[in-house]
Amino acid sequence: MEVFQHLATGFGVALTAVNLLYALIGALLGTLIGVLPGIGPVATIAMLLPTTYALEPVSALIMLAGIYYGAQYGGSTTAILVNMPGESSSVVTCLDGYQMARKGQAGAALAIAALGSFFAGSCATVLVAAVSLPLSALALKFGPAEYFSLMVLGLIGAVVLAHGSLVKAIAMIVLGLLLGIVGTDVNSGVERFTFDIPELSDGIGVVVVAMGLFGFAEIILNLESNEKREVIRTRLKGLWLTLAQLKQAAPAVLRGTALGSMLGVLPGGGAMLSSFASYSLEKKLARDPSQFGHGAIQGVAGPESANNAGAQTSFIPLLTLGIPENAVMAMMVGAMTIHNIQPGPQVMTSNPQLFWGLIASMWVGNLMLVVLNLPLIGIWIRLLTVPYRILYPAILLFCGIGVYTVNNTSFDVMQTAFFGALGVLFAKLECEPAPLLLGFVLGPMMEENLRRALLLSRGDPSVFATRPISAVLLAAAIVLVLVIALPNIRRQREEAFQEA
Amino acid sequence: MASIRNPRDFVAGAIFIAIGIATIALGSRYTLGTAARMGPGYFPRILGILLIVLGGILALRALRVRGAPLPPFHWRPLVIVLGSVVLFGAIVQKVGVALATVILIVTASAASREFRPRESLVVGVALAALAVGVFVVGLQLQLPIWPGQP
Repeated sequence: MEVFQHLATGFGVALTAVNLLYALIGALLGTLIGVLPGIGPVATIAMLLPTTYALEPVSALIMLAGIYYGAQYGGSTTAILVNMPGESSSVVTCLDGYQMARKGQAGAALAIAALGSFFAGSCATVLVAAVSLPLSALALKFGPAEYFSLMVLGLIGAVVLAHGSLVKAIAMIVLGLLLGIVGTDVNSGVERFTFDIPELSDGIGVVVVAMGLFGFAEIILNLESNEKREVIRTRLKGLWLTLAQLKQAAPAVLRGTALGSMLGVLPGGGAMLSSFASYSLEKKLARDPSQFGHGAIQGVAGPESANNAGAQTSFIPLLTLGIPENAVMAMMVGAMTIHNIQPGPQVMTSNPQLFWGLIASMWVGNLMLVVLNLPLIGIWIRLLTVPYRILYPAILLFCGIGVYTVNNTSFDVMQTAFFGALGVLFAKLECEPAPLLLGFVLGPMMEENLRRALLLSRGDPSVFATRPISAVLLAAAIVLVLVIALPNIRRQREEAFQEA
Repeated sequence: MASIRNPRDFVAGAIFIAIGIATIALGSRYTLGTAARMGPGYFPRILGILLIVLGGILALRALRVRGAPLPPFHWRPLVIVLGSVVLFGAIVQKVGVALATVILIVTASAASREFRPRESLVVGVALAALAVGVFVVGLQLQLPIWPGQP
């Protein structure tokens, strides 16, 4: 089997001492920020990107990927023990995990969360490896028209599954695309929208945008609301699972893994969507749904497996097509670009060490997490008692140093502050920042493919509809918009009638 | 004159329209070209038009469909948090990481309702030591530690 050969190559890369170390650092950092509320994986990756310049690209990506799936483990720990989701993907784990903890079953909840996550992570790793080959082969046949349509579908899909207004989300994408093309145009050499500021001729940095919108804005919004948080200590008595509990949880783990793996691949999918979907599935399938919310072990096992599977498989579109499907993957695009790797189907052939090494490292990182995490729970919980008034200046410091050292210029810090203010404004207007970040990293690629597609067709835009793959992709995007827009229109009509 | 029923959407729409108009105005300096031979102004023009259309839909819809009022705006955390980081960026090369860190931590801490000046000073000194250890000594980033260093 070709896949296993490739995986063997991958493990050869992932198991070197250096890469093991970076996988460990990434996984631990991920767990840390998963435990701490108020800072997510996007801001953390933005913070750490500048420190990875000196590293081998594969080591850098291994560490940054570890942050994402590590955060899933950390988020569930606090959800179960103190009823506080450190990450959005562990919100549903609070429902039953904390109830289990109150009944004295915290150990069982943590154990099933960790084991389920590990099982899901292992399956998802194999899945990523298995589908990468055919998908990359398919993507290599894509011309510019197909690529442009694929990006349209990816961007539309990413916002359709997000909550909130569709029009706002699409407008945020367009704004992101616009910000993405600031700087010198590669084809004409013209500097666009740089306002004659020399620092802008290379464009706006992804670190600047992400840290401002996701890091600074989050801190400011937290400070506006009540920052006090109650930390309840739960006694942890051993990490045991009875055979009966395991039997109850096993089917939920399997279903969560399958569901999460599928939802992770969809644009806009990933960890959060997977966990929510899995919880409602388990509740529907349960013989006694009234148990849910009162400490049903399936309500922990399913979502926890699903969010880890989803986190893992969301790498598939990035690695095979070069299309990021959520904000974390957009950061990975930024990381690859900084290391001079153009994301896309050619990565697998031009850079097999990096490609398979990254995939293998995900499994290694998951193993580390399941082994290391349980003994470290005491430390994570103690970290939660650090008050926010001490935590946020420290986060600001790491952000400040991170963004300053990208180019050693205070201009970048000012830009980040600008995006921080913009992030606060957008939050007040209920405009999600994630679509903007996706558009931002895709902007230059989208313009280039549009330009090439129309150059080849001599300016005839019908090329997007006449080439079959492109037509299917665009049609799928249109269907998605209609599916979401129709209930919206209906609801508005009803509201209008009520007012009349 | 219709009244604004959804102020958030209306303001958001107005902002998108304004950015779209600015994009087209600023972008008019760049060669448009044709669809087959796009100039640097072509793609931005498309994006500008899209922003105006989307913003228009938002703003018009805000006149018909009711929504929540604008949330209150707090200047204090915004100004202090962003100000302290900008200050850090401006002085770190001159005064070094150690001092800049202490200044950043103390000024940023003032944004909290539970600001404790002495505590923030202690935290600042501890984090300064950590920052020097991790970033300058450990990761070898090109930053001066003390004032007057190159």
